[in-house]
Amino acid sequence: MNIKILRFLVPLGIFLVLAGFLAAGLKLNPREVPSPLIGKAAPGFALARLDDAAQTVRREDMLGRVWMLNVWASWCAACRDEHPLLVEFARRKVVPVYGLNYKDARPDGLAWLARFGNPYEASLFDQDGRVGIDYGVYGVPETFIIDKQGVVRFKHIGPITREVLQSRIEPLLRELNG
Amino acid sequence: MASPMHLAPRLPAWAAALLAACALLCLALPAAAKEAAPAAADPALEARLVRITAELRCLVCQNQTIADSNADLATDLRGQVHARIAAGETDAQIRRYVTDRYGDFVLYKPPLTARTVALWVGPFAILLVALWIVLRVLRRRPRAAQAPPPPAAPDEGERLRRLLDEER
Repeated sequence: MNIKILRFLVPLGIFLVLAGFLAAGLKLNPREVPSPLIGKAAPGFALARLDDAAQTVRREDMLGRVWMLNVWASWCAACRDEHPLLVEFARRKVVPVYGLNYKDARPDGLAWLARFGNPYEASLFDQDGRVGIDYGVYGVPETFIIDKQGVVRFKHIGPITREVLQSRIEPLLRELNG
Repeated sequence: MASPMHLAPRLPAWAAALLAACALLCLALPAAAKEAAPAAADPALEARLVRITAELRCLVCQNQTIADSNADLATDLRGQVHARIAAGETDAQIRRYVTDRYGDFVLYKPPLTARTVALWVGPFAILLVALWIVLRVLRRRPRAAQAPPPPAAPDEGERLRRLLDEER
């Protein structure tokens, strides 16, 4: 090949490679931090129920079922966005939905559920947020799907949308359950 | 003895009063200082806490370290790190604790793994390539300037004159 043409092609080639990286990078959301828990055992917990401080729910109690853990709080504005969708989803009884009431006050949490609806089989009261840290929670709301063996299979950061529900969560649930 | 007040600048009374009030209010400035640091139980422990948390990214305010951030999560994690230092864990163990839960992104110094080797080596590799290109370009130019002009053909003077005449 003529050396002159090569001289044009090399910078063009480098530019195209860089443009490719830029195009890929622009599609990424830097606020979304991938969870290292996917594929690993769900961290253990033993928390009191929000509605009944005397009852404790443990991770071991959940084995044998596919379940959804939704991290929420009464002080979280974005949680209100996804809440109607969660209430509707829970009504269909696809999988049990459990809530993790993260760094909240018991009366506030209960009042919030009374006002906006309660899709949860039970909400776990994580007042100091230790269980939240164990699950890598950094931005409420977050939602986990945990399988029958207690392995975390999916994490969604931010409010659940109908799109995420239909395109990612429901197919996964069908796969895990069926 | 005459009062030195005649040397004072001529301020109207209200201005003088206002100035005095402002000066006195400055005494209240320390009250604005929030977040009094908890009494350092152990300066070495505090120093280690700052050193470790300064290398961890706060995931809520992602351009701050856990040492700097006021986010709730950062405060909680500082408490966790503090407790673990007190319990005798090593720096590596504490970093493992955080990355097990939040991933490698929380470290400001990404670990050198097969996935990150391009990130670490890349800039130096590109720099070397750029230097090589610069050297080649520099080496070529003086040679072209030093090359003597090819010997003129005998009729070039005539052709040149004819060409110049044509252009006019």
